[in-house]
Amino acid sequence: MTKPIIQLQDVQKYFGDYHALRGINAEIDEGEFFSLLGPSGCGKTTLLRVIAGFEDVSTGRVLIDGKPMEGVAPNRRPTNMVFQSYAIFPHLSVARNVGFGLRRAGLTKDELGRRVGEALEMVGLSGYGARAAHALSGGQRQRVALARALILKPKVLLLDEPLSALDKKLREQMQVELIKLQRQVGITFILVTHDQEEALVMSDRIAVMFDGQIAQMDDPEVLYRRPKTRRVADFIGVMNFLPAEVLFEAGEKIEIEIAGLGRAEISSDQAPRGGGDGATSVGFRPETLTILYDGQQATDREARAKVEEVVYYGDMTYYDVRLEGTDKTVRLSMRNVFGREVLPIGAEARIAWSPGALVLFR
Amino acid sequence: MRGGWLKIYALAYLVFLYAPIALLPVFAFNDGTIIAFPLRGFTFQWFAELGRIEALHGAVLNSLMIAVTTAILATVLGICAARSAARYDYPGKRGVMGFIMLPLVLPEIIVAVSLLVVLLQLGLSLGAWTVILGHVLICTPFSIAILNSAFQNLDRSLEEAAVDLGETPWSTFRLITLPLVMPGIISSLLISFTISLDEFIIAFFLTGTEPTLPVYLWGQLRFPQQIPVVMALGTILVALSIILLTTAEYFRRRGVARAGGKDTGGFL
Ligand SMILES: Nc1ncnc2c1ncn2[C@@H]1O[C@H](COP(=O)(O)OP(=O)(O)OP(=O)(O)O)[C@@H](O)[C@H]1O
Ligand SMILES: [Mg+2]
Repeated sequence: MTKPIIQLQDVQKYFGDYHALRGINAEIDEGEFFSLLGPSGCGKTTLLRVIAGFEDVSTGRVLIDGKPMEGVAPNRRPTNMVFQSYAIFPHLSVARNVGFGLRRAGLTKDELGRRVGEALEMVGLSGYGARAAHALSGGQRQRVALARALILKPKVLLLDEPLSALDKKLREQMQVELIKLQRQVGITFILVTHDQEEALVMSDRIAVMFDGQIAQMDDPEVLYRRPKTRRVADFIGVMNFLPAEVLFEAGEKIEIEIAGLGRAEISSDQAPRGGGDGATSVGFRPETLTILYDGQQATDREARAKVEEVVYYGDMTYYDVRLEGTDKTVRLSMRNVFGREVLPIGAEARIAWSPGALVLFR
Repeated sequence: MRGGWLKIYALAYLVFLYAPIALLPVFAFNDGTIIAFPLRGFTFQWFAELGRIEALHGAVLNSLMIAVTTAILATVLGICAARSAARYDYPGKRGVMGFIMLPLVLPEIIVAVSLLVVLLQLGLSLGAWTVILGHVLICTPFSIAILNSAFQNLDRSLEEAAVDLGETPWSTFRLITLPLVMPGIISSLLISFTISLDEFIIAFFLTGTEPTLPVYLWGQLRFPQQIPVVMALGTILVALSIILLTTAEYFRRRGVARAGGKDTGGFL
């Protein structure tokens, strides 16, 4: 039985006239790996700082472990933060940094040393205790910041873009390590990121934020397969959009006419009730389209198209194809198979698609 | 030849700037009461004489007391101002900071005269404390300028991290902020001390019956036979100033390096 460790109730935040958070409602469960995902300036950091207590809410409530946090200073909240800059104290050694939060715990020297050693071991930095903090690499600083925050066994660990300063290889390695670490300690992690891939890889649940509001909050798969709005769809991965028209709705069924693909019947759960912008369109992911080679048959629907652009990635190839009889270009991705040719630009191709993979935005 | 003229200009400039100061030690060690070439011989006589002048000792003590007090007061004020400038935004901040920094460029004689007029109007008697008041006024801007770079280079999230880890704002200031800006503080103390120790105009106007060292020196210039002694004293002061300012700059740079920032400010 999971219970909410953090409850956000209509949280609003103004900076002067600027409305940075516009009514955030969310419940984050104990032990969850939760991500705040959104473009730059959407208020992710602000929300994290509200939870940590560095910013007051203008209206609304923040509850941690069921307790209202109004007027509770950051040093009295059961949260700890890993800052984007890591905020390693440059004048202290690695061990003094990691043990900083235990200063007030009244531990003996031995006990303190043991706890610091454990924390360093957990992040893979055993034996680094005596190092000067300013002599660490980016990845090491990040680990020190993690150890320093986790040593206090907080109920919630807040991470503000902890991986954005690392290079790609290290970032991917740290993603896996962070997931493992979170499972090991069982603490709720709230991760801020503007990297959708990172959010998809790491999270149990993701809140996508735009302009100080949560646009959608779901687990990664639902978010990817059933985005509620075009904007969310656009932000996460690649999505093709084609103009469409609703012909009629009957109960669970919706009959639509799609430019370039023709008529199709979809079910009503493919048509989320999100805030649309008026224009009706369908969206589908590149991997839901397949090029049919000689002798292959579509299991569902088939369309004809012409290859306009080929982007070869080694394991994958992305094709931009123009649907026959239209000026609409869509992107599709194919896993490369040994012995099968990559189509050249200008080739005619048969495309298999499926109404079940569509999402209707209106 | 353009480079040539520039070189000559630069050289002439430096000679004009430093030759008189270089003459101080030359005559301080010269065995003759008249300040003129040719030199007469080497002697420590004038330095030895310094040790025998009672009034001089009083002036030195007075100056030291004033300089130490000024350095501490100016630096404490500087810490408050620089900290608030780095952390808080308030209406009219730029204007306020501008006015605080103004004495940096205000002619000292104006500061001195206006202070004198005000103090006399208030019916207050002059003394060491009035000199301290004047010196704090002119030293604080220097202190702020030095500490500004120290505080500005301090990453705000360092303080937030300490609070996040359970420290109160005050213990955070003590454990994180102070150690990180300490080089700046030491630098500010040394520079304020040096400025106050050397300062003449304000001290001349505001000093009471007990002169500071520069004021005493100035008084001695009326007696030609005292000039070599003054030269000896001047030599010591110059040496002391150079040592103090170099130390101050060393600390300021170390502070910048420690906070991982780029060196932008500084006077040296
Ligand atoms: N202290 C502040 N005073 C005024 N405006 C602020 C303050 N902090 C944040 N803002 C504004 O609030 C908005 C949201 O900022 P926030 O830092 O939360 O964005 P973010 O989603 O974390 O973006 P990024 O991905 O760039 O870090 C921004 O437009 C920012 O300018
Ligand atoms: Mg941010």
